[in-house]
Amino acid sequence: MFDSLKYLDPTVQFLLFSVLKIAVVFGVTMTFVAYAVLVERKVSAWIQDRVGPNRTAPPMVEFIPVLGPFLTRLGIFQPMADGLKFLLKEDFTPSYVRTVYFWLAPAIAVIPAFMTLAVIPFGSTLGNPDNKMVIADLNVGILYTFGIVSLGVYGIVLAGYAANSKYPFLGGIRSSAQMISYEIAMGMSVVSIFMLVGDLNLSKVVEYQAQGGWLVLKQPVAFVIFLVAAFAETNRLPFDLPESESELVGGYHTEYSSMKFALFFLGEYANMIASSAMMVTLFFGGWSLPFLGEPANGLLGGILHIGIFVAKMAAFMVLFIWVRWMFPRFRYDQLMDLGWRRFIPLALANILVTALVVAFTNR
Amino acid sequence: MSTKVVERKPLTAYERTYLPSFLGGLSVTWKHFKKTAPFLGNKPITMEYPEQKWVVPEGYRGAPYLVKDQDGATKCVSCQLCEFVCPPKAIRITSPGQDGKPADRSNAEKMPKEFEINMLRCIFCGLCQEVCPEEAIFLQKDYSLTGTSREEMIYDKEKLLKLGGTHAGIQKWKHKLEEASEQEVFPVTTN
Repeated sequence: MFDSLKYLDPTVQFLLFSVLKIAVVFGVTMTFVAYAVLVERKVSAWIQDRVGPNRTAPPMVEFIPVLGPFLTRLGIFQPMADGLKFLLKEDFTPSYVRTVYFWLAPAIAVIPAFMTLAVIPFGSTLGNPDNKMVIADLNVGILYTFGIVSLGVYGIVLAGYAANSKYPFLGGIRSSAQMISYEIAMGMSVVSIFMLVGDLNLSKVVEYQAQGGWLVLKQPVAFVIFLVAAFAETNRLPFDLPESESELVGGYHTEYSSMKFALFFLGEYANMIASSAMMVTLFFGGWSLPFLGEPANGLLGGILHIGIFVAKMAAFMVLFIWVRWMFPRFRYDQLMDLGWRRFIPLALANILVTALVVAFTNR
Repeated sequence: MSTKVVERKPLTAYERTYLPSFLGGLSVTWKHFKKTAPFLGNKPITMEYPEQKWVVPEGYRGAPYLVKDQDGATKCVSCQLCEFVCPPKAIRITSPGQDGKPADRSNAEKMPKEFEINMLRCIFCGLCQEVCPEEAIFLQKDYSLTGTSREEMIYDKEKLLKLGGTHAGIQKWKHKLEEASEQEVFPVTTN
């Protein structure tokens, strides 16, 4: 089957392969989102001494011995029911909204989250050495990521504006303030990494780590800043100020329902996945393990590398979920204080120290 | 003045790094996770309601039902005391009338032709049980009454008797007297 592909034009080959990768990454991410919601509900339940979703099952599943009830109890079918519910719910548009922006906002919130995934190297190679496991091997990977990720916040700000009602508006304002406070520190924390690696291409970052050890060991401060900023970026607790159910009635998505709300939800989880993937790529060696640093030769090794990447990513997802129950929400001013007066100076100092070390060791 | 000024110490440098709250949060959440997560061999303390039901304690005041005596006869004699005492007027008794059906037990003059309790109105106060001279109505252990219409929630005599079960012995005022005398002795002490 693959032999016949060799006679095709290289451009067509590249195109076919890229489309395939996009389809697979998109599909896997969507599944990941659905099951991340389930894991979130289950882990939250256990932390709060509850049971979590344990009833939903399609008909006939209960008749499968042992496995059926076990899966139902695990809540495996819950995401399907949730998705179906979102599709079937009434899509209500209040009369006072700014319609064009109201429709535009969910799309703007969800698209950047998926676009970020394009530059993440989620594996080494598959089959032959030319089949790189990254959709777009950009030389400016990280700049692209930062550019796109910041766009996601506009979806939220726009939603706050479009809803034309006070709570979403407050949510939107908070989101923009939060973005300004964190984006800078996040960007600065990454600078020191590229000083060490000497390249903006994410695949090169992973290669560097595969040979020279994980960057989290060399740049722990940068990692902490990036991690905290990632929480703020994805609007997760303790920085879910734009959403704050308890004070803003759901914040920016108060007026949204049905599939439009689901898109915001999807965007949040896709953002979590993208952030986890970024952290794995930048600090935790991407697809490599300390003893598995070489790019894979065969099909099996390639799949193993993808598995390692996904496992690391899943670990970060659990961290995102877990931290939700550790901290109360930060106050507006505390968040600003943390961003402007702690992390930005810290990131600058980190850049300076890294620069000195790089200069004196002549690397 | 009785105002007490609480001293608020400023946070130490260590506390301002948020590390202690992070570690505290981690240990608390982990403790609960460990206690509940089923793959660690544990079970949540949650009672899963429709399958598992709460054990109703003795003396619980649930829904009021009519009871039969040991021979399966209606104990209610249609005196209507409960109907009069019922605060939300949930009980409605239709008397048999002069030439109605006779009571199905020998030592009673009559029994109700119809006895209805509107469970939507009933407040489970127990006054009907307290006032009943024949010990014919009891608040039992049902606490979850459901129906799909208002009419369905008006329980008639047949249904009440079926749900109520049997309560043997007719002691008339014996238990009432005991209860009354107990109350006289119980908390009151003069001097």
